[in-house]
Amino acid sequence: MKHLLSTRDLNRESAIQILDVAEDMAQTADREVRKLPPLRGKTVVNLFFEDSTRTRLSFESAAKRLSADVITFSAKGSSVSKGESLKDTAQTLAAMGADAIVVRHHDSGAAHQLAHAGWIDAAIINAGDGTHEHPTQALLDAFTIRSRRFGAASRGRDLTGMRVVIVGDIVHSRVARSNVWLLTTLGAEVHLVAPRTLLPHGVEQWPVSVHEHLDDALALAPDAVMMLRIQSERMRDAFFPTAREYARVWGLTAERFALLGADTMVMHPGPMNRGLEISSAAADSERSTVLAQVTNGVSIRMAVLYLLVAGSSTTDAGGSER
Amino acid sequence: MVARTVLHDADITRALRRIAHEVLESRRGDGRLVFLGIPTRGATLAARIQRIVDEIEPGVSSAGALDITLYRDDLAHTPTRTPAPTRVPEGGIDDTIVVLVDDVLYSGRTIRAALDALVDHGRPRAVRLAVLVDRGHRELPIRADFVGKNLPSATSERVSVRLTEIDGIDEVTIEP
Repeated sequence: MKHLLSTRDLNRESAIQILDVAEDMAQTADREVRKLPPLRGKTVVNLFFEDSTRTRLSFESAAKRLSADVITFSAKGSSVSKGESLKDTAQTLAAMGADAIVVRHHDSGAAHQLAHAGWIDAAIINAGDGTHEHPTQALLDAFTIRSRRFGAASRGRDLTGMRVVIVGDIVHSRVARSNVWLLTTLGAEVHLVAPRTLLPHGVEQWPVSVHEHLDDALALAPDAVMMLRIQSERMRDAFFPTAREYARVWGLTAERFALLGADTMVMHPGPMNRGLEISSAAADSERSTVLAQVTNGVSIRMAVLYLLVAGSSTTDAGGSER
Repeated sequence: MVARTVLHDADITRALRRIAHEVLESRRGDGRLVFLGIPTRGATLAARIQRIVDEIEPGVSSAGALDITLYRDDLAHTPTRTPAPTRVPEGGIDDTIVVLVDDVLYSGRTIRAALDALVDHGRPRAVRLAVLVDRGHRELPIRADFVGKNLPSATSERVSVRLTEIDGIDEVTIEP
């Protein structure tokens, strides 16, 4: 594996390998010195064509903890806003000697194009492309579910038998797509809940069950409920009547939260719209993994950067070798 | 090409007992002993030596594992390796006597990496090195304080340590 573009490219072994390496990376948080040396002398470029604070900071701190040099390049105020193409930007970065490029782009497939167009030889990590995929978010979600459930005994395990409900704006959500592929690869059972207007075409062919009503899915006693953000910046049409109606029918209200099982975790990729898709009662409870997801995000991104960048460029970081 | 067994199970047990005694003798004072094995087989050996030390002098020692994958000097030239877990005993390593334990001492590069890794975990009072087999051919100025067996070898030969916990048998073999 040279790039991380989609969780579809990961088989069970390579996904578990990333989660296990992330366990090792998470351990360094308790040490006296939190820095590790494997990416010394390597350059990681954060190439962000779309605003993002969390993901960018998370990748930045992951790369720094591995001792890489980090260059952050955001489209605003850069040559991109003067009309430079993705190709020219990539070639500029290649000329600067980037070893890895973390890319977020508003167009689906941008990361794939960077990886395969032959413009640059660096490892490409997809940090969100349009409505397509956001693989490191799905990996950190899987890591969070696994470590909540199995604690110190997490290593080497998959998510067989776990039931995960993903609720909300599925059609615009790259987080949902990446999670569907990864969680099912890891053996979990995935349920989607959304108004019909927010379900993508062809969802019947996904390896999931679809529900129109949140209460039906919650009655299945899921291990985790993942609430997606209503992305108002992508809402160009009327997908549901009003925000109040959405909150009432598809939001994790305090009433619904009270009915959940005691060990059901509540997840959200952030940033949250409190009172819309998630109530404060749910977001601030002990069962909420929102902050753990942020912490785990750094560990997962350290693992991905290590596996893709540390070895020689001809390397195969696939799961089987040791 | 036949592998020759140079240490049998009884030899290994005897060597580990001797190392345990030597470590205790050299302890001087009240320093807590922390045996940190380098995964995979070094960690197993560290646990075994610590158990013997604990029988002789209970309560002065603990054992753990110190992974060095992320500190190797050949990371950029080899396929990516998956790290193994590091386990530092409760209480950390500050002001303790750390005994690094590995199965085979060869170039010394593993131990160099271990010393670097150790610094990131704390500041021990002293660091010692115990190995089951020293096969020579050092590439760095590093030597072991406690050696199970000195085994002169050619660089072309292959020395393998097998331990019951991992391989189902205790033996050290050398093959051309």
